[in-house]
Amino acid sequence: MSIKIALVGNPNSGKTTLFNELTGSNQYVGNWPGVTVEKKTGKVRNCPQDIQVTDLPGIYSLSTYSLEEVIAREYIESSEAELIVNIVDASNLERNLFLSLQLLEVGKPMVIALNMMDVLQRRGDHLDVAKLQKELGVPVISIVAAKGVGIDDLVKAILNHDRSVPPFKEIYNPIVLKLVKHLEKELKVEISSKMHALRFIDEGPSAIDGHKHEPIQMAVLNEEVDRQLKDYPLDRDMIISDEKYQYITALTKKILTKNVDAKVSLSQRIDEVVTHRYLAIPIFLLIMYAVFMTAFGPIGGTVKSAFEYLINDIVIANIASFLINVGVSEGLYSLIVDGMLGGVGSVLGFLPEIAVLFLMLSILEDSGYMSRAAFIMDRMLRRFGLSGKSFIPMILGFGCTVPALMATRTLENERDRRLTMMITPFMSCGARFPIYAVMAAAFFAQDQALVVYSMYVLGIAVAMLSGMFLKRYVTKGRVSNFIMELPEYRMPTLRNLFMHTWERVKGFLIKAGTVLLFASMVIWFMSAYDFSFRMVDDSSLSIIGSIGKTIAPILSPLGFGEWRASMALIVGFVAKEAVVSTMGVLYGVGDVLVSNPGALSGPLQTVFTPLSAYAFMAFALLYTPCVAAVVTLRREMASLKWTLIAIGYQTAVAYVVALLIYQGGLLMGLR
Amino acid sequence: MTLKEILPGQRCIIEGVGKKSTLRKRIIDMGLTMGTEVTVKKFAPMGDPIEITVRGYELTLRLQEAAEIFVRRLADEH
Repeated sequence: MSIKIALVGNPNSGKTTLFNELTGSNQYVGNWPGVTVEKKTGKVRNCPQDIQVTDLPGIYSLSTYSLEEVIAREYIESSEAELIVNIVDASNLERNLFLSLQLLEVGKPMVIALNMMDVLQRRGDHLDVAKLQKELGVPVISIVAAKGVGIDDLVKAILNHDRSVPPFKEIYNPIVLKLVKHLEKELKVEISSKMHALRFIDEGPSAIDGHKHEPIQMAVLNEEVDRQLKDYPLDRDMIISDEKYQYITALTKKILTKNVDAKVSLSQRIDEVVTHRYLAIPIFLLIMYAVFMTAFGPIGGTVKSAFEYLINDIVIANIASFLINVGVSEGLYSLIVDGMLGGVGSVLGFLPEIAVLFLMLSILEDSGYMSRAAFIMDRMLRRFGLSGKSFIPMILGFGCTVPALMATRTLENERDRRLTMMITPFMSCGARFPIYAVMAAAFFAQDQALVVYSMYVLGIAVAMLSGMFLKRYVTKGRVSNFIMELPEYRMPTLRNLFMHTWERVKGFLIKAGTVLLFASMVIWFMSAYDFSFRMVDDSSLSIIGSIGKTIAPILSPLGFGEWRASMALIVGFVAKEAVVSTMGVLYGVGDVLVSNPGALSGPLQTVFTPLSAYAFMAFALLYTPCVAAVVTLRREMASLKWTLIAIGYQTAVAYVVALLIYQGGLLMGLR
Repeated sequence: MTLKEILPGQRCIIEGVGKKSTLRKRIIDMGLTMGTEVTVKKFAPMGDPIEITVRGYELTLRLQEAAEIFVRRLADEH
């Protein structure tokens, strides 16, 4: 017999950590509201029975304020979810219990997992768990998800649950209770009739959309509710939530004893410095600087040297000698060395820097700093048509655009969200870094770091200016709200950091081994043969040469109307790493590129000038994101039109900026 | 007076929340109900948004939203 359970709780209540403990899978855990943006399913491990757990996005309420709430609410109320496991952060009891009360009213079997009991103990507070269980009428199990404490008890409670529905708590005033009874009879809903009745009082007839009801009858009912509640001191839509909180206030007084002489917590002390009126912005800039310097400066460099040793002296050397020993044909040798190794290897060499960047972003995410940064930056971002909440997707965009776009789901306002999605791809993702590194090595040997850094700044600047422009002309809409929890700071655990970084590095490696490998082989083939499938010596006569030469004139005003550069940009749509891998194949230096990223310098110097190289970098930064990001954009925007507008806009901006750099530079006498 | 006028370090009691809207719903669902005590902790570096403590946790909202929340200031203890 199998059972399907839904894991529901507030953001930052430890839901995903519990999910990982239950299923043993490596789900993503972060410390900012909105980490789980989609539901994830897994099986409970080491369990005699088949328990399927679905991890839902963290929500504060079963309303329909944000997209995450809609996703969670729909799943909880669907017939699929058989039992609700509500995870409650014991250190933040009152607000967490609000959702619990709403969940109890759904009318499904339920278990409460009371998490972070260790935090409570550390504070010196005391919570009467037995009394809480008695009051709510469902099993309450104490756990510490992060340390795996109490998980077995929780699984036992799920297995032993008699599937009884929690009793309806009559916590409302007599008029509401009378109305609930009346509405239950009138509304034709099969399940959770009390919940629907309460929701009808709360929201009016829209609460039961999707059920078959006579609009006229609903209007009459609605008026009746209005009439009955006319003399109540609060507006109708406030009563249900207000009385839930009244009950919670009274309940917590009974069960929670606070330590009166509790010291100021470490989290609060950190916060006082980090969000200090004058220190906050310098600290913010310092942190951002540290992130990039660690990744692209000495630390990333050290990791890189170690990595290069591994690749050069072990992997490449062995493959090359193996091929020579076996005595493969010239064509096959060329395919493997020029095509496969050249393409993939050229990108693989940059893995160390990218991995360190991923690690740094994970630290930011896990510590709880992300929401503080949103708090600090909100005022400024608003000037550019964005919101403080846009900040989290933007920072994640430095890693990879795909998860960054998904993270925009925490923005409740559709206009804010769309605008954030349109500008997030301008944040320079990890895959674009190899392009700058190769170009900077070839043309700006003296100021490599500065040139690379300027690309990141350019991306941010274009994103900001785009926000200003787009908010005025493209995405008009109502003013947004900004209400956000600032979770406690937490020390990132090594296990979590390792898991995060590995997840992303794995994604990078898989991409290198599949998409890039395939693209490189196709590019090699297209550059080695002409349209009549004869092998050519001069690759400008090949298939790809012919295509590239057709496109090149469009790009020549930007300074790089060379067919190989043009082709590299086109292939870059498959994945941005492919820009460099394609250049590696086309300039025929693939096999030495891993050991020496400067190998491309020679061939590049014959085609580019420093000025056109810089324009090329800017274009590669800004033009359409890769196909994976476009697919995500299409799904998240739920509009083909807006997706096309976004890509069109980005490519147009790329063209204009590169044109300005190149032509402007020429005018100033640069070359 | 509204929450917007409360200075950092001051405490107040919520007496009402603006007009009917999804924003009001969110404010209440986050625990900012009638009679709840709120402490304003600080303003962001650029003066907006603000950080408050309510029901034992930290919440941030913009002045524009704080202006919708009617409060009664509690006397300073010190």
